[in-house]
Amino acid sequence: MAARQTPDTLDIPTRVSTMEEVDRGLKPHQALAEAGRCIFCHDAPCVKGCPVGIDIPGFIRRISQRNMVGAARLIRQSNPFGAVCARVCPSEAQCEKGCTSAGLSEPVAIACLQRYAMDQEMARGIRPVAAAEPTGRKVAVIGAGPAGLACSLALAAAGEAVTLYDRSPQPGGVMRYGIPSYRLPREVLDQEIAWILSAGVQFVPNTEVGRDVDMADLVRQYDAVFIGAGLGEPESPSIPGADVPGVISAYSFLRAAGEPDENTRQQALGEVIAQPLGQVVVLGGGNVAVDAACTALRMGAESVAVAYRRTRAEMPAWAEEVELAEEEGVKLVFLLSPAEVLQAEGKVQGVRMTRMKLAEDDASGRPRPVPSGEPDDTIAADTVVLAFGQAPNESIFSSLPSLARSESGMIAVDADTAATSVAGVFAGGDAVNGGTTVVQAVSEGLRAAEGIRAYLDSVTPARG
Amino acid sequence: MSVDLSIKFAGIKFENPFTLAASPCTDNAEMVARAFDAGWAAAVLKTTSVEEEVVELVYPMMAGLDFEDKKVIGLQNIDLISERHIDQVEKDVRELKKAYPHKVVGASIMGQKKEHWQALVRRLEAAGVDFIECSFSCPHGMPERGMGSTIGQDAELTERTARWVKEAASRVPVSIKVTPLVADLPHIARAVQKSGADAITAINTVKCLIGVDIDNFVPYPVVDGKSSYGGYSGAAIKPISLRCVAEIAKAVDMPISATGGISTWRDAVEFLLCGARNLQVCTAAMKHGFRIIEDLTDGLSVYLEDKGMSRVEELVGLALPNIVEHSHLSREYKPVSKINLETCVKCDVCYIACQDGGHQAITLDDKRLPHVDEEKCVGCAMCASVCPVFECIQMAPR
Repeated sequence: MAARQTPDTLDIPTRVSTMEEVDRGLKPHQALAEAGRCIFCHDAPCVKGCPVGIDIPGFIRRISQRNMVGAARLIRQSNPFGAVCARVCPSEAQCEKGCTSAGLSEPVAIACLQRYAMDQEMARGIRPVAAAEPTGRKVAVIGAGPAGLACSLALAAAGEAVTLYDRSPQPGGVMRYGIPSYRLPREVLDQEIAWILSAGVQFVPNTEVGRDVDMADLVRQYDAVFIGAGLGEPESPSIPGADVPGVISAYSFLRAAGEPDENTRQQALGEVIAQPLGQVVVLGGGNVAVDAACTALRMGAESVAVAYRRTRAEMPAWAEEVELAEEEGVKLVFLLSPAEVLQAEGKVQGVRMTRMKLAEDDASGRPRPVPSGEPDDTIAADTVVLAFGQAPNESIFSSLPSLARSESGMIAVDADTAATSVAGVFAGGDAVNGGTTVVQAVSEGLRAAEGIRAYLDSVTPARG
Repeated sequence: MSVDLSIKFAGIKFENPFTLAASPCTDNAEMVARAFDAGWAAAVLKTTSVEEEVVELVYPMMAGLDFEDKKVIGLQNIDLISERHIDQVEKDVRELKKAYPHKVVGASIMGQKKEHWQALVRRLEAAGVDFIECSFSCPHGMPERGMGSTIGQDAELTERTARWVKEAASRVPVSIKVTPLVADLPHIARAVQKSGADAITAINTVKCLIGVDIDNFVPYPVVDGKSSYGGYSGAAIKPISLRCVAEIAKAVDMPISATGGISTWRDAVEFLLCGARNLQVCTAAMKHGFRIIEDLTDGLSVYLEDKGMSRVEELVGLALPNIVEHSHLSREYKPVSKINLETCVKCDVCYIACQDGGHQAITLDDKRLPHVDEEKCVGCAMCASVCPVFECIQMAPR
């Protein structure tokens, strides 16, 4: 069987000095060759590995027959963020994990093929959504991230009047304010979002529910409400000394660095950190930590290290992203847990780290890191970036006190309908699952749209 | 813009041009029902015969031709007509027409004598079939009994047999399925036209010997140590069937149902451009399943949309005026090979082809980049044919 095709990546000097997309995508002959590797198996396992169930053999067959637009439309039937997800999905752990071709050689490069089809479609413009006749019913969607936007599109296409609220000036949520543009170019994101909004979604920016509008009012004014508000501010870690200005959260750093315009970006970065980045230490081991590390390099850091308390094998970050980071010069250090941020005259000097070892598995099924008893280590740093994950969005709960929580403290929903404990209120995405992937959020948003329509049909029959 | 894939063939409206050919795919009503559910517009039920016809199949009956890592680019079968006689096929027709009144159900028939042909037609008409296809063209097995391609290779036999069928057909159109295994296909097509038949189905499989087991000296498929010539189908025969369809379309004014290697929507477009109004598929569906109908209809729709056309009808025959006698081709047109050195990967495959299969017009520089000597280049296009890089070598006017 022919070898798996690999897209070119941007050369490293350009990578670390710009925010340009690293992955350059398959060339036309590569896409045809790669599509030719798919054996179009029956009841394909790749489809089961996809949270939104894209007809993967179907779109690959269309690529192999050079029907790129047909391929893209087939993808879009299942995923309104086909171009975004082709770039940010952990495909090796999803569709490609089940690929039958792996039994012959390597899995088909499904995400690369999806991106190829979507890029071809975008070059010619996405066909506008043909929305159904208005039903006369109104739905409020809170949060313009992947869950909220996917839900909005499905509802608007079905003729429901959707008003989409977001606290940020632009829609996109984590896709715009979390994922760096070298992984997800803003032109790609903007085009998919513009296409979704053009289905008739009314977007209301700079509006935080609980602060600018009252949740109870929304529940009264609308026939149904979807909460896709994502997660709240990062959990504040209890590291002594972490209160100096050189200690920043990965969340606010990525948000500022994600500004597409150079001037706005510099201004936003200046608000997060006033001094030059210098030597940067990122604390954490997830994708956010890796994204923050690679972004720091691009924002002029002298050196960047990621310190994680377990080992490489336990890193929640995707292997592919970790490899790219190392290529760019990000240093990874393991079995180190922050004990204290060292400072002098209000400036960060470094981090004192407790040396760890791995013990028995914890509740998450990963080996628990425990102090090894060896002497502490010190890493010199001018900037410390905290990437420990985010907490539930508390403003949602305080604005709607009757909203029930799951065991993990997130919004509790019915698995089939996405209905919350409050009648007419549905939820999905990170606010429910605690933070997983864009495609999972899309899937939950789409499922909620079905739940919402079934609910509306039961209480407010469509007009006409 | 919305695209209408429906098209009339022999007076019958098909929701799209795609029809499952008489083959193992259509050997019972349950299979055809699944194909209809998948989106096929029509099916021609596997060739049937009168009850007294003895049909004994042999196994294995299939052998694929693989090319490098691609499986079954061509397929040989030594299958025969259906073991299910007219008594069972009439039941299938009734069942299918009841469940799928808007789908088109054709039936393929074969007989040894006039009474057989006519009995088959009358019984199928009574069962409610939409059209009859007559196999004058199976290249293996059946000719040994004076059936199949024995008829289709003789213009007189073709015309006479087709007349018998037409005489018996009071209501439904008749299409004659012809064989490519003749020296002059337009001559056979004219015989079909003279008979009064309504349409031509072109082509049946091509008689072949797909390969030999070189350890045991027996050709494939090996049936207990022996083999036999068979019928060749699949993507590999498309250039032959495309030529046949174009020749027939230029020779007679009759609706043509094309079959022979149609595997993708691109093939479909090509056959429509060469004059077909209906498209039959077998081997591609046997290989990938009935689900390929989605690729076919979607690809054809997007193509029409791109071309600004709204109906399939608009494509029919558009390529025919551009197929001329060889002597009518321009002798003044002198193209030359243009190599894009920006995208060239320096494999020098064009150099080898030009050296040993062309006119020694390509030379290599010290960086292994190929250069065309336009004095020597005759414009044969062998270099452009072998170049592995997308659009790297183009033939351009001088």
